[in-house]
Amino acid sequence: MDARTERDPAPMKNRTTVVRKSEREVVVTRAFNAPARIVFAAWTTPELFKRWWLPKSMGMSLLSCEMDVRVGGGYRLAFAGGMDFFGKYVEVSPPSRLVWTNEEGGDGGPITTVTFEEKGGKTHLTLHELYPSKEALDAAGTGAADAMGETFEQLDELLVTSGTSAGRS
Amino acid sequence: MVHYHRTRFDASFAALSDATRRGVLEQLGSADASITDLAEKFHMTLTGMKKHVGVLERAGLVTTQKIGRVRTCRLGRRRLEEEAAWIQRYQLLWDARFDELDKVVDELQRKERIDGRKNRT
Repeated sequence: MDARTERDPAPMKNRTTVVRKSEREVVVTRAFNAPARIVFAAWTTPELFKRWWLPKSMGMSLLSCEMDVRVGGGYRLAFAGGMDFFGKYVEVSPPSRLVWTNEEGGDGGPITTVTFEEKGGKTHLTLHELYPSKEALDAAGTGAADAMGETFEQLDELLVTSGTSAGRS
Repeated sequence: MVHYHRTRFDASFAALSDATRRGVLEQLGSADASITDLAEKFHMTLTGMKKHVGVLERAGLVTTQKIGRVRTCRLGRRRLEEEAAWIQRYQLLWDARFDELDKVVDELQRKERIDGRKNRT
């Protein structure tokens, strides 16, 4: 019986969608082929979080990752090069909801809300970021690319170019 | 086809060759505006501003929409492309992250299955 689950065909890759919901909000959604408690654990366990937050393609790695996952508890991600990301957890409701602040940029930091909704063995993840201003959100999109190193920027450019020409045809 | 591109190209250059029209683009870069707003800002008659906006519109640099009696102008295609690029950058980052997260999640799930089987025997 168990042998059959091992032979499940590889499930189709789930798609990531990004929508700018308003001038100050961006929403990212993605499904995962696992129950919510497992996906939640990957977001709240430092050793697991470290493995995916900075993908290999970014050519960067986290030096350390501390997380005190409870309301009012803090987190700190230290990157090579002396950059730190930090903030506090505002809401922690396992395995369905996480809310935290991003304080490395001073007052300009967004509030991040992640919800994990389990449906039919899959987890539908929604990440919502609310920025204090349109300008802060505009800058975040650019900052995301800057943080990714050369390889990623090249890929980025390639995709933007091909996307643009496809849109024009 | 070639002709189309050529025309478009020329239209953009013609549109940008005028100082007032460059000023209008700059203005619309910070906020949408009505033709009346623009005419006032550039000390121009309504008819004069309509002509300038028409040139920019034909070049695809500005789009206009009439709501009630007011015609609002905003940056055209170029701005849309910038927004698409912004979304793509964001998507690329999260796509890469989530691909790695998939691996972590798969591993956790496999481990859980193996542990579950051990507990049953």
